[in-house]
Amino acid sequence: MSTIKVNGKDQTLTSEISISELLVQNNVAQPDMVSIQVNGKFINKEAYASTIVNHGDEVDFLYFMGGGQDN
Amino acid sequence: MDFTEEQIQRYSRHILLSDVGVEGQEKISNGKVLIIGAGGLGAPIALYLAAAGVGTIGIIDGDVVDLSNLQRQVIHFTPDVDKPKVISAKEKINLINPDVKVITYQQLFTAENAFDIIKDYDFIVDGTDNFPVKFLINDACVLAKKPFSHGGILRFEGQTLTYVPGATCYRCLFHSPPPPNAVPTCSQAGVLGAIAGMLGTIQAAEVLKYLTGVGDLLTNRLLTFNAKTMDFRTIKSTPTETCPVCGNHPTVTTLVDYEQATCELKR
Ligand SMILES: [Zn+2]
Repeated sequence: MSTIKVNGKDQTLTSEISISELLVQNNVAQPDMVSIQVNGKFINKEAYASTIVNHGDEVDFLYFMGGGQDN
Repeated sequence: MDFTEEQIQRYSRHILLSDVGVEGQEKISNGKVLIIGAGGLGAPIALYLAAAGVGTIGIIDGDVVDLSNLQRQVIHFTPDVDKPKVISAKEKINLINPDVKVITYQQLFTAENAFDIIKDYDFIVDGTDNFPVKFLINDACVLAKKPFSHGGILRFEGQTLTYVPGATCYRCLFHSPPPPNAVPTCSQAGVLGAIAGMLGTIQAAEVLKYLTGVGDLLTNRLLTFNAKTMDFRTIKSTPTETCPVCGNHPTVTTLVDYEQATCELKR
């Protein structure tokens, strides 16, 4: 068992998982609209499946936000 | 710069701040700031920068005021419907503070005009609503070594990051625009009007901090908030080595206009 932080909140993992699996576990409906940082470092989309989250990691889901101007 | 009695009175609440003082107000009054987009974010940004006495404010926007804008674009009033946004904004700025020189650009910000427009400004503020222009602003500012403030809002949430040369840029966090079909637009997703004010005033404060040199900018950290819970977070970041524009092997070396996901297409 390991504990990580997702968007600043503790999450307990029962098994070793990848970023791809973490996205599913957190019910991220539109992974295309999310950018991911682990411990303040950007992770390439191509590396989601191969990047394993480790105990103590801080994972942030950064959402694309495009509103502001009009319409 | 010698302030008149009237100006000293107008800016007295800035001058009273020991971190700002007459010297800081002079820096504000000599500042040249470009606001891209005279909408939800651009409105509060322009109002506060005008009130603060920023010497030159440039505003670029190609749209006219629509009735549905008035729910959050507080620089535009009901009689302004159908008026070009830059004209409506200029009129309000002049009324708030005749000291401010306003330069209007009633056009889109494009790969073709970007460098030419930003070159005259000390700081650029992103108040746009779409990703193609957000990435264009980032690329133009990174390549031209201009500081800027990124801002985005959606539904009940907002995010902002301040860029100065050498710091984390927007592409360090969001490599490339999301696929157009994945993007919920404002017309589709909606936005709580006051969110624009919350985020825009944070961006305006960053501009004034940059001009006066007071405090620590939102560099290398992305501020996000959710108004439903009123939770604010700053997410620390470092420049990305593989960033397409500021990384070790940049692939973005000239400006491009990305395909626009328009509101019409999304309906
Ligand atoms: Zn970058």
